[in-house]
Amino acid sequence: MRFVDEYRDGAAARTLAEAIRRRVTRPWTLMEVCGGQTHSIVRYGLDELLPPEVSLLHGPGCPVCVTPVAIIDQALAIAARPGVTFCSFGDMLRVPGSAEDLFAVKSRGADVRVVYSPLDALALARELPDREVVFFAVGFETTAPANALAVAQAKREGLANFSILVSHVRVPPALEAILASPQRRVDGFLAAGHVCAVMGTEEYLPLAAKHRVPIVVTAFEPVDLLQGILMAVSQLEEGRAEVENQYARLVQAGGNRPAQALIGEVFQGVDRTWRGIGPIPDSGLGLRPAYVAFDAARRFGVEGVGGPESPECQSGLVLQGLLKPMDCPAFGKACTPDHPLGATMVSSEGACAAYFRYRRFAPVEAP
Amino acid sequence: MSPDPFALTCPRPLVPDTVQMAHGGGGRLMKELIEGVFLPALGADPQGLHDSAVVEAGGGRLAFTTDGFVVHPRRFPGGDLGELAVYGTVNDLAMAGARPLALAAAFILEEGLPLDELAGLVASMKAAADRCGVRIVTGDTKVVDRGKGDGAFITTTGLGLVPAGVEVHPRRVRPGDAVLVTGDLGRHGIAVMSVREGLAFETPIASDCGPVHHLAAALLEAGLDVHCLRDPTRGGLASVLNEIAAAAGVAIEAREDDLPVDEAVATACEILGLDPLYVACEGRMVAFLPEAQAARALDLLRAHPEGAGAAVVGRVLDGPAGRVTLRTSLGTARLLDLLSGEQLPRIC
Repeated sequence: MRFVDEYRDGAAARTLAEAIRRRVTRPWTLMEVCGGQTHSIVRYGLDELLPPEVSLLHGPGCPVCVTPVAIIDQALAIAARPGVTFCSFGDMLRVPGSAEDLFAVKSRGADVRVVYSPLDALALARELPDREVVFFAVGFETTAPANALAVAQAKREGLANFSILVSHVRVPPALEAILASPQRRVDGFLAAGHVCAVMGTEEYLPLAAKHRVPIVVTAFEPVDLLQGILMAVSQLEEGRAEVENQYARLVQAGGNRPAQALIGEVFQGVDRTWRGIGPIPDSGLGLRPAYVAFDAARRFGVEGVGGPESPECQSGLVLQGLLKPMDCPAFGKACTPDHPLGATMVSSEGACAAYFRYRRFAPVEAP
Repeated sequence: MSPDPFALTCPRPLVPDTVQMAHGGGGRLMKELIEGVFLPALGADPQGLHDSAVVEAGGGRLAFTTDGFVVHPRRFPGGDLGELAVYGTVNDLAMAGARPLALAAAFILEEGLPLDELAGLVASMKAAADRCGVRIVTGDTKVVDRGKGDGAFITTTGLGLVPAGVEVHPRRVRPGDAVLVTGDLGRHGIAVMSVREGLAFETPIASDCGPVHHLAAALLEAGLDVHCLRDPTRGGLASVLNEIAAAAGVAIEAREDDLPVDEAVATACEILGLDPLYVACEGRMVAFLPEAQAARALDLLRAHPEGAGAAVVGRVLDGPAGRVTLRTSLGTARLLDLLSGEQLPRIC
């Protein structure tokens, strides 16, 4: 597969791992921001290739994981209504709310559908004029442009039966929260490549300067990740704290301007609560007043709905890099993908899911 | 809330009290359903679970199996519900080392199903049965009200003869066995998904839907010591390896670089966030036999068009029972786990 195989090449990966080993002189802790990066690291066993001085912490960049229980409960309440067709990306369906998940609501007869794009939900709204079609708009800056596009198109077409349940979050405020924490353990970040493809790299400059922390925008394949790690380790060894771009084949400094304009047209900054972490000021996106008619929470009057998080779930610590999934007492016991306590165990980008799926036992011996 | 702050808070389990889609996904939830509902009520085959049961009958041994088919859409690139219903059951018989003798077919039809379409499905069944040299000798038809069934469901039951001396069963798998597959993986699942979800790929992906009984026969008739055969349908190769490793009490290691996956299937999986090792095949077979016989087995399989893509993809190890690992292209090892339910396309 072109543009993928080159970045999964074993020889290139081993060469980069060797370069990291030669470059490193003391312990450094890096955090990969995106859950997609976490899965790649665990799936390919990249941490096994690294010298012991380099530790990786898994970051908060899993949109499914950080969506608060209250919003999942709102989704469940809306989906259970007769006359509603509730559309979602697939991996939200298994995320537990305070009592159940979307699969359970579906099995009792709710019309819950997996779609691949908010535009598919929009098409359904045109097809089913007698039903209320609701799209679960979850995600970081990566998915915000398409969600904004769907709302803008619905407004232009006067599609009154379409709305979105918004739970958008932004990366930079989360990094600020992690860096400002008294428990900070992070020396450098591998920033999320696809978020930066939309937003560019400039908004990370103040973070790098203020906290003296290297930030390397990094892609998702094994060779990419090892190259990003080498760039971050080199910065740390040289005492630099810059924003660098490993993912230059896709990410431009200014990002995708038309996508940013679309986000700005439909959404505005709002305070958001992150599951397991708590409220972070100005860390999310909500609909602007001109588009508020498309706000599903308001349309269905569920703004007050929402139960508490599971007291056993420590995903907040996992998402901040303060706890490794396998060190959680519930991991693999009270909490499994079949019976999860939190979203990190079921999301395809969740750190706990990655460890459960790829690393539940100690690594086997080399042949 | 408990008034005693030190009281143990029992985790609130999300055990579903209704049947969910994942109960049919071939993963852990389906295993829980079988072990929690069916086996306690009906009892297990003392021989252990396999694709077909083998029963003694008048000095001979008969393989016996049944399977329900509910694919949607009923016609997909590379096949349709009718031929799937025949090949699926013929293949399950072959996985016990049996030669298929006869099939029974039961139809649950929804009021309003076009008769033309039904005739087309039945014609496909006849063509598939002829190809396998087996007859459909008995059947049953029920019609349900419109809205009470999804067009057509077909259940086929098969009877096969296990030749003397043939003993093909998961319990025979042992350390030192090679793991072979007869062709590339994940075609059927991606072909069906592409039409179900309206995904268009530059290269159309056709299902591998087809018979494998002749491939099984080729190995057995050559006198190879075939320990186990399994068709990697729901849950894909990864689930087969997990089931066999657990049933045989062995560890299995697969090698990523040796796993045959078509470029178009790999690309589709990449886009959708799926792992082809968990995607269903409907015309492939996984074979376990002593490593020393692997080269001969490959030659025999590759002599058939349906086995042209055969490959050795792993080996059975004397490790912790039930552990399946993947040796990645980078040389590292990771778990190749049984999935919870079906794979779900991800957000980004």
